[in-house]
Amino acid sequence: MPATVIEELERAAVGTGGRGPARRDGGDGDDARRRAKPPTPRSAYFTGLVLGLAAIFMFFIALASAFVVRKGLGGDWRSFELPGLLWVNTVVLLASSLVVERARRLLRTQPAARFGAWWSTGSLLGIAFLVGQVAAWRQLAAQGIFLATNPASSFFYVFTAAHGVHVLGGLAALGYVAARGAAHQQSTGNLSADLTAGYWHFLGVLWVGLLLLLTFGR
Amino acid sequence: MSTPSHVAAHVHAPPQGFLRKYIFSTDHKVIGIQYYLLALVAVFVGLVLSLLMRWKLAWPNDPVPWFGDGPMLPEQYLALVTMHGTIMVFFVLTTAPQSGFGNYFLPIQIGAADMAFPVINMLSFWTTFVSFLVMVAAFFVAGGAPISGWTGYAPLSAVGEIAGPGQGLGQTLWIVSIAIFCAASLMGALNFIATTIDLRARGLSLMRMPLTVWAWFITAILALLAFGVLLAAGLLLLLDRIAGTSFFVPGGLVFTDKPVPHQGGSPLLWQHLFWFFGHPEVYIAILPSMGMASHLLSTFSRKPIFGYRAMVYAMGAIGFLGFCVWGHHMFASGMSPYSAMAFSVLTMSIGVPSAIKTFNWIGTLWGGQIRFTTAMLFAIGFVSLFVTGGLSGLFLAQPPVDQPLHDTYFVVAHFHLIMGVAAIFGIFGATYYWFPKMFGRFLNEGLGKLHFWITFAGVYLIFVPMHLMGFFGQPRRYAEGTAVQFLSAMEGPQQFVTIAALVTGLAQLIFLFNFLWSLKWGRKAEAINPWRSTSLEWTIPSPPPHDNFGGRQPVVHHGPYEYSVPGEPEDFIPQDAPPRPAPATGD
Repeated sequence: MPATVIEELERAAVGTGGRGPARRDGGDGDDARRRAKPPTPRSAYFTGLVLGLAAIFMFFIALASAFVVRKGLGGDWRSFELPGLLWVNTVVLLASSLVVERARRLLRTQPAARFGAWWSTGSLLGIAFLVGQVAAWRQLAAQGIFLATNPASSFFYVFTAAHGVHVLGGLAALGYVAARGAAHQQSTGNLSADLTAGYWHFLGVLWVGLLLLLTFGR
Repeated sequence: MSTPSHVAAHVHAPPQGFLRKYIFSTDHKVIGIQYYLLALVAVFVGLVLSLLMRWKLAWPNDPVPWFGDGPMLPEQYLALVTMHGTIMVFFVLTTAPQSGFGNYFLPIQIGAADMAFPVINMLSFWTTFVSFLVMVAAFFVAGGAPISGWTGYAPLSAVGEIAGPGQGLGQTLWIVSIAIFCAASLMGALNFIATTIDLRARGLSLMRMPLTVWAWFITAILALLAFGVLLAAGLLLLLDRIAGTSFFVPGGLVFTDKPVPHQGGSPLLWQHLFWFFGHPEVYIAILPSMGMASHLLSTFSRKPIFGYRAMVYAMGAIGFLGFCVWGHHMFASGMSPYSAMAFSVLTMSIGVPSAIKTFNWIGTLWGGQIRFTTAMLFAIGFVSLFVTGGLSGLFLAQPPVDQPLHDTYFVVAHFHLIMGVAAIFGIFGATYYWFPKMFGRFLNEGLGKLHFWITFAGVYLIFVPMHLMGFFGQPRRYAEGTAVQFLSAMEGPQQFVTIAALVTGLAQLIFLFNFLWSLKWGRKAEAINPWRSTSLEWTIPSPPPHDNFGGRQPVVHHGPYEYSVPGEPEDFIPQDAPPRPAPATGD
């Protein structure tokens, strides 16, 4: 989903080019049938973000309820020790969220000095989180715990992988905002920075929820 | 709503080239037509599959067209069952009424120039298209199409080709296709909701939205909450198949003497996840048709819809309750009687909003100046089928009654009437009503009425006998009953249903001909508002210009169904007509 939001924003960027705003004279010119459409209001983007997060939330709720039900069947469920590295990763991801938020707030001042540095740092912390998650996988693999080893490990890998895919999308959005720079943000009402930050915070909270489920539910 | 605090600085200029204009278009009207045409292709594919099944059921020992010289094999029959159900549910019933008509008319009916996110809208269609290709590809791979039904029940769907010829690559393609479809539907739902919330014209309060808009809006909310669950379930199912996990496959399972190397999974877990999506999906299919039928009944009775607010709340209640009743699909799964009772009571409580809607439809018709256009006939037909199909739902909602009827033709007849045919009637009604707006020409009314009467009689001749066969104990999904003595008595009814289905199926060619012929040679829709309707799409040219309202921003002053208002010169007031002067006080 983030990629498609980016494409919307890309259109926003293209629209600021030389073509000028849509004709809104309301007259019946000879090309009335070909008149350009008015832009999408900013509020709709945030409605869209909330709806997207709701859909993602339902996806993880379904996985979480499957986790609870499958564990309740007992029998073959074998709990395993979660790698301690996960907690370090959690701190990194939450720190990333804070840094990105700090960068977003810098946009409110003109000029937004050091926005790029803060935003990029937040993005790098996001990458560090993913690297840490892969390292945690490798620790488990070294212990012989794989995807199909046991339902407990299956769910662990499914949760972390599904969350990781969403983080990848978030990193793409973070990278897009970083590449366009602060001036672009301020000329578009900080739209993509606000949306990306909202998505990124959601991923942090979601991860904490998943980690607590894995920790106490295993 | 129409005066945002800040406006993102971009415009959607009219596209120039053929590709941008008709193929990768971001215009909601083009996308709506694309969805509709996809559904039209899908519905004829699904129809042919069902006729092949009917052929086998009526004459089980005879060769079936395209299936070689011998009789059709049971696994071939099951592949037809699976693909018929899947194609019809996802690519017709989910696609045409919501994505097709909703895309075309939701923005116009709320006075917007387009959807909130036109690029996401385009992606949503093309993702659906890819999903359809992947689904149809299942026919052409080694082993053929899957045999586990549109519900893809595990473990049959989870263990690979050991479970049957289509359970190899065919089943994998099925899951991948459904997962792609989930992503497409989520994008579409997001767009519908954001558009309805943020892009309504000035004056168009929620309680002035046409019931069509309400129906698409509520349907989109259901889709947003349901498809993510199916996506999660599909992911786990795929992992069971290709990664050796054991989410749904129980331990100690043996297929034709071969043990399956899984342990401890739960087939019931799949059922819970699937039906948590699957029941809302039923309403995703039927709610838009409820909205469209309401719209048509009011228009062609020249009367306000009876109990507008009650209609809105009833749709909301049906949508909400739809998430609480998935267990009624699983009464025969060994469910605790206490759970079953809870699901049963909740299910039967859906009868309340459903009855409200039915009575309000009849109340709308009551005393109206009814115009029996083809669109109106299909709307009335929808009400008829909704009642007939809904009443058998009350039978099945009771666990003790469901136990003997489960997996019989009674269930098949029930869901075909309520979810399949009723929804299709809504689609047909909407097609006859909106065709002039979409294409600038009318469909032929004479052919339309012929199409209606054959179809209306046909579906009852098909599905009423199937209810009775269900009472008799005819199990569903059996390719033939020749070896079972008590089922041999069903030979006559099976042949009767098949002949009725063949005739009804052929009658759909009348519609197809009418559709294609009218596109080019149909009577021109000279008037902007030939049906004398109130909603905003009838205030703009047919077909509408690129930005819908030609640079104008409509302002709404009226409710959606102001027909036959006393003291007015016309028997309808368009929603954007100037406000009526306030009644004078005193003399």
